[in-house]
Amino acid sequence: MLLITCPYCQETLPEAEFVYAGEAHIARPEDPSQVSDEAWRDFLFIRTNPKGPHFERWRHLHGCGRFFNAVRDTVSDRFLTTYKAGEPKPDLATLTGEAK
Amino acid sequence: MSAFRVHGKGRVNHGRKVGFRFDGTPFEGLEGDTVASALLAHGVHLMGRSFKYHRPRGPVTAGSEEPNALIETRRGIDRSEGRVEPNTRATMAELREGLEAVSQNRWPSLGFDVGAVNDGFHKLLPAGFYYKTFMWPKSFWDKVYEPFIRAAAGLGRSPDAPDPDSYASRYLHTDVLVVGGGPAGLAAARAAAEAGLRVTLVDESSEIGGSLLSEPDVVIDGTPAWDWLAGEVAALAALGVKLMPRTTAIGYYHQNMIGLVERVTDHLAEPDPALPRERLWRVRARQVVLAQGALEKPLIFDGNDRPGVMLAGSAQTYLNRYGVRVGQTAVVVTSHDSAWSAAFDLAAVGTSIAAIVDTRAELREDLLGRAHALGIEVLRGHTVTGTAGRLRVSAITVNPVQSGAVGAGRNIACDCVLMSGGWTPTLHLFSHTQGKLEWDEEGKTFLPFETREDCQIAGAGRGLWGIEAALADGSAMGARAAEALGARVLARSHAVERDRTGSGVAKKELPTLKDLTSTRAFVDFQNDVTAKDLRLAVREGMRSIEHVKRYTTNGMATDQGKMSNINGLIIAADALGKPAPQVGLTTFRPPYTPTSFGALCGYHRGDHFDLTRKTPIDPWAEAQGAVFEPVGQWRRARYFPKPGEDMDTAVARECLTTRSAVGMFDASTLGKIEIVGPDAAAFLERMYTNPWSKLAPDRCRYGLLLGEDGFIRDDGVIARLAQDRFHVTTTTGGAARVLAMMEDYLQTEWPHLKVWLTSVTEQWATIALNGPKARALLEPFVEGLDLTPEAFPHMANGTCTVAGFPARLWRVSFTGELGFEINVPARHGRELWEILWQAGQAHGVCAYGTETMHVLRAEKGYIIVGQDTDGTVTPQDAGLGWAIGKAKPDFVGKRSLSRPDMLVESRKQLVGLLTEDHSKLEEGAQIVLDPSQPIPMKMVGHVTSSYHSQALGRPIALALVEGGFGRMGDLVHVPMEDRTLAARITGTVFLDPAGDRLKM
Ligand SMILES: [Zn+2]
Repeated sequence: MLLITCPYCQETLPEAEFVYAGEAHIARPEDPSQVSDEAWRDFLFIRTNPKGPHFERWRHLHGCGRFFNAVRDTVSDRFLTTYKAGEPKPDLATLTGEAK
Repeated sequence: MSAFRVHGKGRVNHGRKVGFRFDGTPFEGLEGDTVASALLAHGVHLMGRSFKYHRPRGPVTAGSEEPNALIETRRGIDRSEGRVEPNTRATMAELREGLEAVSQNRWPSLGFDVGAVNDGFHKLLPAGFYYKTFMWPKSFWDKVYEPFIRAAAGLGRSPDAPDPDSYASRYLHTDVLVVGGGPAGLAAARAAAEAGLRVTLVDESSEIGGSLLSEPDVVIDGTPAWDWLAGEVAALAALGVKLMPRTTAIGYYHQNMIGLVERVTDHLAEPDPALPRERLWRVRARQVVLAQGALEKPLIFDGNDRPGVMLAGSAQTYLNRYGVRVGQTAVVVTSHDSAWSAAFDLAAVGTSIAAIVDTRAELREDLLGRAHALGIEVLRGHTVTGTAGRLRVSAITVNPVQSGAVGAGRNIACDCVLMSGGWTPTLHLFSHTQGKLEWDEEGKTFLPFETREDCQIAGAGRGLWGIEAALADGSAMGARAAEALGARVLARSHAVERDRTGSGVAKKELPTLKDLTSTRAFVDFQNDVTAKDLRLAVREGMRSIEHVKRYTTNGMATDQGKMSNINGLIIAADALGKPAPQVGLTTFRPPYTPTSFGALCGYHRGDHFDLTRKTPIDPWAEAQGAVFEPVGQWRRARYFPKPGEDMDTAVARECLTTRSAVGMFDASTLGKIEIVGPDAAAFLERMYTNPWSKLAPDRCRYGLLLGEDGFIRDDGVIARLAQDRFHVTTTTGGAARVLAMMEDYLQTEWPHLKVWLTSVTEQWATIALNGPKARALLEPFVEGLDLTPEAFPHMANGTCTVAGFPARLWRVSFTGELGFEINVPARHGRELWEILWQAGQAHGVCAYGTETMHVLRAEKGYIIVGQDTDGTVTPQDAGLGWAIGKAKPDFVGKRSLSRPDMLVESRKQLVGLLTEDHSKLEEGAQIVLDPSQPIPMKMVGHVTSSYHSQALGRPIALALVEGGFGRMGDLVHVPMEDRTLAARITGTVFLDPAGDRLKM
């Protein structure tokens, strides 16, 4: 069972308190009616599915209830960092450099 | 006295006899015995039959890796059917008074087994036999192949009664967890404990000590091994180390979480019924020291599976730990020095060592000298080409090998063969961490290399042999773990006398004279996989070790290849002509040893498996004799039968009463979310398809919720209570999902909206009154609200009191009748229900359940999300286009509704179906247009809802049909097993299409 740090609670807690919520940094278009069919399809269905660091959303469901973002390595299944929703994407090179 | 018991030897209590039975025969063992050691003390080696060929088998090990000696036992006080334990390893099962052990996989008896005919046909059962044989003809599958496979499959017998024992579940946080209580583990625990850390030491055996339990002659720091061990265990206890014998580390999970299973009562003759049988521990350790030691490998030669053939190290354990000689005349066959000490130990207690057969030509002088002194014949550079004996080995054939040529054989009579192919580190838990392995060419084995977990590996588990090396390494690794946690301690070393280190060579199957196709050299004893099978798999094109494993089933038995994986790899690599590290090892997965479902379930069984949610009115329904059904986690009343009524008659009566008088329905399970804030209406505008801004604060509206993909997710009535306050209802099963979806959008897409969401599902009890007499029943109890149709029309909502209870009263209907939903604080739900029930008697009231609710709503064509929709249904498909706010610029899912595929006319659309012959359709039945087309037919849809309608006097159905809106009046066909039903497509509203009954 993973340990996950909630950036709102500032506590590292067992995975059972959290739920996964899909890839992060996929913003809903401000005005979907202006978006092409292809762009809307990509928004709905196309995901990066990387082997390695993945930007993703989690929710501290059985805690503060907040959605937050994380970078998790899909190979090692390790969290490189977690950060609040709305904060910019952290720099991957820095993160993986730190991880070494 | 048992013939093979050595008086005074071992850790068993020679003064405490323990009576037990094996296959009905009474035996006597000693306290401290396992079932295997107690039987061996009586000269009994034959304990089971193999899985595929039903070959006679005896124990080949003395530990948890045992593949052969699997027996059935019965646990606990009553030994009832529910306490039957199949596939108990006789080598691990501690003896207790009255234990009943039964052999498995044989009929009629262990000595004479009809299934052994398979053994004569072994040439017909090669690797991949199942894949090759059960291919065709297809028609044979149901009647011939599957019954055959099912009859042959499985090892042991599953009990068919529930397990009456209880199982506990615990969490543990510890600084350092040490897995393995041998010399390395003991030293690691000592070092970490002296550093002031919280230390936990686990060992799967009944006693802490590991290999020291089998090495009494070793002297550590001038003290005999067992005295040293007793002192060390006491010292650890004094340092506060949590010592857990009989505890297996089954899996190493993320971030140093280790699963432990502690066996609490299996070894007790009369366990305290208050104790759990097992405890599952979830341990989070800051540092883990793996000190699991190493497993001895068998040698692969023809007939290496006969009872009496066992690992040399295990024979040594039976002698030194249990005081049992495994035979009268032994031949030792080895490629490793360690087996020589087994020979010397057995010789010292009177077992005749007929020969030591070593595959190596060069041997250590000290070993040769000792053998010579004991008068033991040594055959160096020899191979084994066969064994003899039916239920027990009686002779072995050994041949010299010179320059690769096998010379003439010689038979040596014996009643046991002690073999050793060297040792392989126990890598299982390390592999669970996705740790990388490195190939040790000299030892021909994999060693742990690196892992991301906070984990140290000590002793034989990383290829260090001998007790002195294990003690020093354990102490060093314990100190390293302490250092990683910021504590400092000096590692110690110990002076060990009579340590028995050694080396050896790793072999593929031993060379033989015989035609290879006739040899039976077993690699995986439990699954009956031979060296020949592995080579055949490679010849037939298997290149990956994972394919070889699955094709042959090597390593796939309940021992998970503890003894067979490395030998299998060496043989497969040889057949492939590749170096072993290039072929690689199959993946080890948890659990390390077979684990009971009870331990994994813990407390989550029976009523505790999942919670059952009940409404405040549930006890009343139960008292009335309601029949319940589960809806999500809720228990809901399905119907209220009167004496003599079955479901159909009860539902018909409930439907008739509700449509002609009044029915009461407990709707408390509906999900309820209160949405409050200045932007509440704006938020709902964005979430739901319908318009909300202009809804008056005393009105309700049907709300439809889509996913961003445009498909229906949920629906429910939403009441506006005030300008900034809405009471949203969701489907019974959808409440948590809808709230999570709302939170997601609110927190991450529109965080600027000033809205607060609160789940209030369990704060309100909801009573629905439906029927022409609903108002007459309700009106006398209402204060503060005018219920006349003009003042309180359909879809009105208001705040009032009902029978003095504060209420949110809505005029809504899910039946098509005049309807009210009364929401009162949950604590008043039952009292209000009973007041209305009493008053309702004068109006001929009935209580109705979910079944009647379903019929009444289907008559009106009201959908149930998740029954009439399946996650691919748009509002238009469901005939709910009217619920879309056309003028709204955006809502969740709106953009998707104009994607090209959402607009095609051939989409599946919700329609009504009326069968021509008035039979009731099956829900889920497939629909075709042409019933005479060849099979497989083109299916154009399926029946989603089907009921007998009391109001219409005939069955009705809803269905999703391709292009259904364009097929009104058409005949479609529903092929069933015995006949094909014709049905006509209609609209979905079967009753009162104008909705006059709502307006009463
Ligand atoms: Zn939190």
